[in-house]
Amino acid sequence: MDKGQRRKERIDRGIKVRTEGIYALSSLRELSYLSVPRLVLIIGLLALPLVMPSIYWQRVITITCIYALLALSFDFLAHFVGLVCLGGAFFVGTGGYLAAIANTTFGLPPWMTVPLAAVVGGSLCTVLLLPCLPLRGVYFAIVSLMYPLLLARVIEALDILGGTDGIMGIDSFANRWAEQYFLIGALLLLMFGVRRLVNTDLGLVLRGIKDNDQAIRASGMSVTFYKSIAVFIASVIGCLSGASLVHIYMWSGISQFALDFSILPIAATVIGGGGTLVGPVLGCLLLVPISELLRDFGTLRIVFYALIMVAFIIFRSEGIMVYGQRKYHQFERWTEV
Amino acid sequence: MSGKPILRVQEVSKAFGGIIALNKVSFDVHEGEILGIIGPNGSGKTTIVNCITGFIKKSSGSVEFRGKDITNKPPHKIADMGITRTFQIMRPYYSLPAYKNLVIPLFSPRAKRTGGWRGGGRLGDRNTVGIDILEEIGFERDSYVPYKTASTLPTGYLKRLEVARCLALRPEVIICDEIFSGLSMSEIASMVPLIERLQLDGITLIMIEHRLRELFRVSNRVMVLNFGEKLIEGNPQEVMADPKVREAYFGSQTVEEVMTHA
Repeated sequence: MDKGQRRKERIDRGIKVRTEGIYALSSLRELSYLSVPRLVLIIGLLALPLVMPSIYWQRVITITCIYALLALSFDFLAHFVGLVCLGGAFFVGTGGYLAAIANTTFGLPPWMTVPLAAVVGGSLCTVLLLPCLPLRGVYFAIVSLMYPLLLARVIEALDILGGTDGIMGIDSFANRWAEQYFLIGALLLLMFGVRRLVNTDLGLVLRGIKDNDQAIRASGMSVTFYKSIAVFIASVIGCLSGASLVHIYMWSGISQFALDFSILPIAATVIGGGGTLVGPVLGCLLLVPISELLRDFGTLRIVFYALIMVAFIIFRSEGIMVYGQRKYHQFERWTEV
Repeated sequence: MSGKPILRVQEVSKAFGGIIALNKVSFDVHEGEILGIIGPNGSGKTTIVNCITGFIKKSSGSVEFRGKDITNKPPHKIADMGITRTFQIMRPYYSLPAYKNLVIPLFSPRAKRTGGWRGGGRLGDRNTVGIDILEEIGFERDSYVPYKTASTLPTGYLKRLEVARCLALRPEVIICDEIFSGLSMSEIASMVPLIERLQLDGITLIMIEHRLRELFRVSNRVMVLNFGEKLIEGNPQEVMADPKVREAYFGSQTVEEVMTHA
């Protein structure tokens, strides 16, 4: 066949029925078609700490999980609610400082401070972000970017909460295994939990807000109310990762408001594939270790990093996961035009 | 039509900067009727819909629904009371399948209260209720259509989906903003019985249209807007015969000429 007379045709695999997410399974082979990718992810993540060569790399895994949680929260807000959130640093800082205070001032152990900081911090972030929720457009992104800058300066200028020294003497997790498996467990639970959430009826309303909020209003639902629920969920995830971070570093300081926590999750989402929830996690699993490997290059690190990013955006702008899912679910064949 | 009006619009005005889009428009809508609103482009038809449903703030005037003042209520509160609308530029949830488009309104407080379209109080599985509504509105139940992503549906189905989204709330009033525009003659012909059936089900309709022939066929009363002011209100025959309407709306042509070319 001449190239001009043929084109590639994409066909869904047979077990897909009618609509997204409904499959007809009649054999073990078809069952494994759906379950194997999920099992690979779950078992792979659970095995990670065991296969890491050193304590240093085990620590990298925990930091990766923290970024992955932030990326998950970013992807949820950006692709399922339509809010571009640059507030990763805001969530990490709020959760971190709350956990630090709960631990040092009130003497609560980590297994209590982390959930407490997640819920209280999540509520606090939601209330602070509430004023820009009725608005559409870039306002939410800008405000969520400004808060961490503002809070860091406030702590620095007023010398409260330890000022520039930060809060020291925070308890660590019981041991490094508890630390790693707590974060991996939380990541898996939240990842599958959020994915389940976006397919419930409440999740559909949130996705409806992204598609068009006017129709939500015309259906008798308050857009602000549902947006605030979504922001609460996302900020709980963010604060949880921040609270875990201070227990890992045993220190809470204004570097928790650093913009890395806002930017890296976005980069991971771009690489991993937005709107898949798993993609951003995979993105973090690539980016954070790569960033560690490149440490040897000193300041050149950021150059390599930028090149990797640019290459991805040019050659695979849809992201690893979106590309992978498409290849997995569809055949391609040449047909005559 | 007798008794108290279900919807009473009193002297509603709206100015966008210096442009007066609506100038003291007043009208009543009675329970169970179909009121048509016509007018040339830019005469304020969509603006009046936005004013009633709270999507834009009125400069002055008031709107009452069943004797209750709804002038300054936000859109979701007004929809919650039972006044729903379709959008002239269709606004489905493009990334979702058609039936999932209805799960969203069925999740609303009003649908939970009223049981959704013919739900009889308790709402069952929202997916099934959604497909029921779609069937009612002309989606072939056993075909692929209700499961197709909204972005792939043709205009005719999208217009129906707009009405279906209103029906999911079990509305008392539906305001249809140009649901016939952009449809082929045969599609319109199949929409007309649908509109008549909604009226038989006791729903009050306000229809904004450019397609005069179909509108005059279904509506009980017609109101004409021109440059933001109400020209005339009356039954379709009266409106057609009125010289002011001919002057403003149809230009030099007679109504019959326009209707045959519409």
